[in-house]
Amino acid sequence: MTAKLSASDLTLIRGERCLFTGVGFALDPGQLMLLEGANGSGKTSLMRGIVGMLDFEEGEVRWQGEPIRSHRQPFFDAMVWMGHRVGFKADLTVAENLRFEQSLRRSRTTDLDAVLERLEIGRLKSLPLRSLSAGQQRRVALARMLMADAELWLMDEPFTNLDREGRKLVETLVTEHLRRNGMCVMAAHQDVSIDAPIERVLLQ
Amino acid sequence: MWTWFHKLASPPHFYALADKLIPWLSVPGYLLIAYGVYAGLFIAPEDYQQGDAFRIIYVHVPSAYLSMLAYMIMAIAGGIGLIWRMKLAHAVAASCAPLGASFTFLALATGSIWGRPMWGTWWEWGDPRLTSELILLFLYFGYMALRGAIDDTAKADKASAVLALVGAVNVPIIHFSVEWWSSLHQGPTLIKEGGPAIDPGMLYPLLAMIFGFSLVFGGMLLRRVRTEVLRRESRTRWVKDMMLQSQEG
Amino acid sequence: MNAADAMSPGLGSALAGMIKRDLLLAWKRPGDILNPLFFFAMVCTLFPLAVGPSVEQLEFAGPGVLWVAALLSMLLSLNSLFLSDFEDGSLEQLLVSPQPLVVLALGKTVAYWLTSGLPLVLLSPALAITFRMPADTIGVLMTTLALGTISLSLLGSIGAALTVGLHRGTALLSLLILPLAMPVLIFGARTVSLAAAGDVFSTGIYALAAYAVGALTLAPYATAAALRISNE
Repeated sequence: MTAKLSASDLTLIRGERCLFTGVGFALDPGQLMLLEGANGSGKTSLMRGIVGMLDFEEGEVRWQGEPIRSHRQPFFDAMVWMGHRVGFKADLTVAENLRFEQSLRRSRTTDLDAVLERLEIGRLKSLPLRSLSAGQQRRVALARMLMADAELWLMDEPFTNLDREGRKLVETLVTEHLRRNGMCVMAAHQDVSIDAPIERVLLQ
Repeated sequence: MWTWFHKLASPPHFYALADKLIPWLSVPGYLLIAYGVYAGLFIAPEDYQQGDAFRIIYVHVPSAYLSMLAYMIMAIAGGIGLIWRMKLAHAVAASCAPLGASFTFLALATGSIWGRPMWGTWWEWGDPRLTSELILLFLYFGYMALRGAIDDTAKADKASAVLALVGAVNVPIIHFSVEWWSSLHQGPTLIKEGGPAIDPGMLYPLLAMIFGFSLVFGGMLLRRVRTEVLRRESRTRWVKDMMLQSQEG
Repeated sequence: MNAADAMSPGLGSALAGMIKRDLLLAWKRPGDILNPLFFFAMVCTLFPLAVGPSVEQLEFAGPGVLWVAALLSMLLSLNSLFLSDFEDGSLEQLLVSPQPLVVLALGKTVAYWLTSGLPLVLLSPALAITFRMPADTIGVLMTTLALGTISLSLLGSIGAALTVGLHRGTALLSLLILPLAMPVLIFGARTVSLAAAGDVFSTGIYALAAYAVGALTLAPYATAAALRISNE
């Protein structure tokens, strides 16, 4: 029985440098995968490789047993990505940005207000994104994950720019997501307190 | 068939193969050119209209032909590299561009020199072939500029392959549009289609030159690809081994 | 969760959403639409100032000048087509969205044409009059510009996708796109000249229409491929 998200013998070369080689993992519903490693160890590159933004030199990532390279759509249908940058337009309001998201992907909920309340940014709904602080913008990015009906969350350094309360919120949300039988891949350079089976991938 | 394809795609194998092939291309190529130059200058009869001036076609026509061929090779190699992720194909495309640009420039220069006695001017916008050739030169410039602007080789390979393919689709359209544009005013043309049959004494040297240029081009291309492969594979085992061997030997 | 929610949004919803988002963005920054239009008008003004006010010359040069100015003005705004998406991470989100990137790229290009090509078409009669262009020729001019700017937008989106995130983006973009754009310029400008001279001009219109259809079919695929490469 193969795991839902799996990979073996991943090698990534950027320019002249080999970032990592022989990396593999297997992840099943309800599990969290934590990518650990120092700055520059290739955490972000591995994340970007998993979602197909970078090509691995060797090895491949599989979703439900099918290589993602050749079966993009089923994978993208089941995942949502949170990168370093928020990925929203600064000129548009929070609501406008999230409504655009809804026109692209399947939503778990259409109740925008409830999601924003949950993230404690309900009163910012009709403000343009540029007037929000970095931490508030992070919370809008979290709203994308909460609204999407996606099994797999990919989060690259989700704690950046968040205060203690915000970190706690991320941990709670991820825990809830895993309890719903969701999956999460997270790159983080600090330890997280999430009560779930954790698969650790250490990059040298 | 596929094992052969994979073997060819492997850089060390290609390197060894190119080593053997280059003399087999270059030597006959230069011999054909030597014959073509001699026959073209001294044996071929004078043109009844153009006099001796026509003899520049022995350089102009092969250059123009190679300028287009090189672009097609570049686009096809880029496409192969993009679809089958074959690194050697990208090396071919990268090596092809400066050669193609050089032949395009040669075709333009010889065309312009030819035009001087024929039209009394160095440049005649009314000639569709020269104009198309000029646009082709710009296409090469764009391709090389894009390659130069991207630092990461793998990324530069893929981006320029997309550009070459888009260009290849456009080349016939450019040619057609320029033909239509110049047909609107009756300008002078160098080569009339369906004109009188060419004298065999003129034709054979021309054919020799076309084949000779092509072979020499093939040799130059292989030589460039070999260098490109070495540069790209410089950190691999086989290159290091080979360098050590050549030092000992 | 009800049944309707379980369905993924279709291609139409994605295309409409993309167009709507970019139009909304343009609406919030009207300068981005207006600046290329002012540029278009100013380039058209440069020519009479440079060659003199002789009516004969202006009538003769008009179609060419208007077309070259339109082409340059399109190039001016092209660089920003994917730039802000690249910088704020929206492009990454589009790349990993469940919708085909081709559709999203097409949506962005349609919105781009609506905010750059279409305004040029609408402004062109005002400038054509200053070049003493007769009314029926102005109709031909607008038709060729409409078809031509569609092709230029599609072609330009490939170039913009290839150069997004590179230094010296604008100069490089012009170098890539101008040679490819020459057929469009040739067919566009010559068709208007022929119409002005009272000659048969239908060939050029057909050629422009064929080019636009071909570009509409092929260009989004090239743009999508280029975007994936540029985001690496």
